Amino acid sequence: MATKAGITSERERGMTEPLKREQYLDLYYYMQLNRQLEDRMVRLFRQNKIVGGLYSSLGQEAVSVGTCYAVEKRDWIAPMIRNIGALLVKGVPPRDIFTQHMAKYTSPTKGKDGTSHFGDLKVRHIVSPISMLGDLIPVMTGVAMAGRYLGQNIVALTWIGDGGSSTGAFHEGLGLAAAQKAPFILIVENNQWAYSTPVSRQVPVKNLADRAVAYGISSTIVDGNDVVAVYNATKKAVTECRGGRGPHLIEVKTMRMRGHAQHDPAEYVPKEMFEYWKARDPILLYEKYLTENKIWDETTKSEIDARIERELDVEQKFAEDSPMPPPEFAEVGVYCEDGCHKIEAEWKRAKADVMPPKSSFNPGWKMQDLGALGEIPTAKEVAAEGPNGTSAAKSNGAPARSTPGLPPQNFVNAAPPQRQSTPPTAQTEATEPAEPRIPFGRGPKDKAFRESPDNPQNKSYGRGGAQGKTFRKGHPEKTFNKGGQNKSFAKNPAGKNFSKGPQDKSGRR
Amino acid sequence: MATTAIPKPGAITMVEAIRQAMFEEMERDASVVAIGEDIGVYGGAFKVTDGMLAKFGRERVIETPIAETAIIGAACGMSFLGLRPVCEMQFIDFIACCFNQVTNFAAKSHYLWDAPVPIVIRGPSGGGVHGGPFHSANPEMYFMHTPGLKVIYPSTPSDAKGLLKSAIRDNNPVLFFEHKYLYRRLKEEMPEGDYTIPIGKAAVRREGRDLTIISYAAMAHTAMEAAVELAKEGVDAEVIDLRTLLPLDKETILASVRKTNKLLIVHEDTRTGGIAGEIAAVVCEDAFEDLDGPIERVTALDTPVPYSPPLEEHFLPNTAKVVAAARKLAKY
Repeated sequence: MATKAGITSERERGMTEPLKREQYLDLYYYMQLNRQLEDRMVRLFRQNKIVGGLYSSLGQEAVSVGTCYAVEKRDWIAPMIRNIGALLVKGVPPRDIFTQHMAKYTSPTKGKDGTSHFGDLKVRHIVSPISMLGDLIPVMTGVAMAGRYLGQNIVALTWIGDGGSSTGAFHEGLGLAAAQKAPFILIVENNQWAYSTPVSRQVPVKNLADRAVAYGISSTIVDGNDVVAVYNATKKAVTECRGGRGPHLIEVKTMRMRGHAQHDPAEYVPKEMFEYWKARDPILLYEKYLTENKIWDETTKSEIDARIERELDVEQKFAEDSPMPPPEFAEVGVYCEDGCHKIEAEWKRAKADVMPPKSSFNPGWKMQDLGALGEIPTAKEVAAEGPNGTSAAKSNGAPARSTPGLPPQNFVNAAPPQRQSTPPTAQTEATEPAEPRIPFGRGPKDKAFRESPDNPQNKSYGRGGAQGKTFRKGHPEKTFNKGGQNKSFAKNPAGKNFSKGPQDKSGRR
Repeated sequence: MATTAIPKPGAITMVEAIRQAMFEEMERDASVVAIGEDIGVYGGAFKVTDGMLAKFGRERVIETPIAETAIIGAACGMSFLGLRPVCEMQFIDFIACCFNQVTNFAAKSHYLWDAPVPIVIRGPSGGGVHGGPFHSANPEMYFMHTPGLKVIYPSTPSDAKGLLKSAIRDNNPVLFFEHKYLYRRLKEEMPEGDYTIPIGKAAVRREGRDLTIISYAAMAHTAMEAAVELAKEGVDAEVIDLRTLLPLDKETILASVRKTNKLLIVHEDTRTGGIAGEIAAVVCEDAFEDLDGPIERVTALDTPVPYSPPLEEHFLPNTAKVVAAARKLAKY
């Protein structure tokens, strides 16, 4: 693995203005709060005060905190069970997390569900997760679409694990988000393990972010244990997403430092893997960073730590003193009946825009091409046209995109670059009113994206080296190589020779 | 199966009634949007959304990839911001693809975390048109068994219109089954103005003294035909059309059984675990003393819906089967 100890250079690539001192300290506060809160819950678990399972996010605090710190109050998030740090950043008080885990009547779900399974529609804009992974991706796509429809200019963000990225809901959701160009951000939290199954046995791509190419969306890979890098990458994505560029996928590489839940001692994890990541503990790294950059001193640190202790004392006591729900409360609330909720959309644009006659138009498809072989560049060819046009092509030996006997390429638009830069709106009738851009989803059309360092095709991360090394010359049609992944299998953490077939074990519980 | 309605001038089909309901709701409320496969330019597989895209634009008529989980998931997400999406399943059989979103996400949200999900999931269902095992299903009972959902299955154009409007205005996830056999086989005049029919209210289609036949959707028409046959033999059957399955209108059911003392339940869904079992249990719990005979049921066979016409006709209940069961019951 090419990751080096310490804060990586990913930060330099971020486009955000430097954080203010208070914000740097905020990041520390939330990460430490996250850790101390969970530490207390482990103790409560051992005292039999936690009902059911307890799912640790030890070692992943920088992901929850760094990503969520980049979204605004108006934005929507949907956490997974381990994203407790994100809930804290969004303003959820620790007592909510204590009481949820203790199944108390004072919890947000009043005892109807546990763990981080709760939400807040009105104030904090949090959608509750369900245990089936991946389902929040289409849901948050819908949130993003509705926000755009109502003119709210919001971004919707959710997380998925390496395990959950194998579900059908992941694919369906991301496919719809991409087709709709929804302002949606997906954090793929690669913590190396789906319950007991390592990433290498689930996914035959080098990086989970590589999958973004297939959806025609942009992606970033970032060190998940570097909170500033995580923040910067997410902030950039949020800004661009809000600007209308469509969905973005960020893979954060981190490590689950405990078992799937408290009952699981994680003996299947090679010791050296734990050791490696322990040395890269996100809070440890960040403390060092704050000290080296003179953002804080010992006094500040102890002040924050003491504040956290004080706050958690109060919150934990509240939870422990809280009553359990009355049994008959089980009967309440299956349906939203009259007067239960007033459902009203918050319009930030004129309703008349979406009502006839303004919404009316003469629909019909205007095709950009005939869909013939060779007419449309493959994803690999698009990558080959990359920043300086030749470097990627040289490395994989991709053939020139012209095949004898096929329709002329200037059927609709003369040159590929022009076709690529055609805005997706041009695919519907010109009489159509201004609407969300709906691409056909044949890969990245946006030239700026193609050439940006965010395009994973332009990156060569760690294990596998440049893509397409094993591309076979003499097979001009076959532009997707099948052999490029072998290296990553050989270098699996356990040092074993895993078989090459993709495994489909998701991390459901 | 045939229908009993006599077309009048100005009468419309069920497809048109459903279409009207959606158009009127979308005109009334900008928060109502439609989402589904091929519902835009093409107007939907059964043309229920014909002309909708032209009128309301691409922002409100959202054409999706073939991804039912994405459709329902996105609809849930949209509803959290106050929209009221109407989702189309191209055939209701395909709802099996998004079972998790419907039963684990949409149905449980309000109960668990106080988040109402005002969405409608509608689509063509039912057999009798030789659609085969994947285009003829009646999957209502999967959802009848899911607290948090409402299930509607109308039998007439005016009911379809009034109930769909109620479904769109309802704050809960509502499944709206549209029997495709009835889509274009009967016509009816719509009541004047903006009318709705309350969810959870059954209709007494024919009053009678001797026995009660409970049914819904296409089988409500079969039950009516059987009642006409039975009348010729001197058996006076009361026919109840459930219209809404969940919540079940126990009041109307029990009142009728208390009057006629005999109950026959007819449904096109398969036998085991069909709604007849649930209704029988309700009647046994609350009106056992009023029964003068066994509760009878006429249902489809416990098989997948077969394709070939002789097979499907054998599989489905029909007027003769209902009449035979009613005759037997009337003798008690």
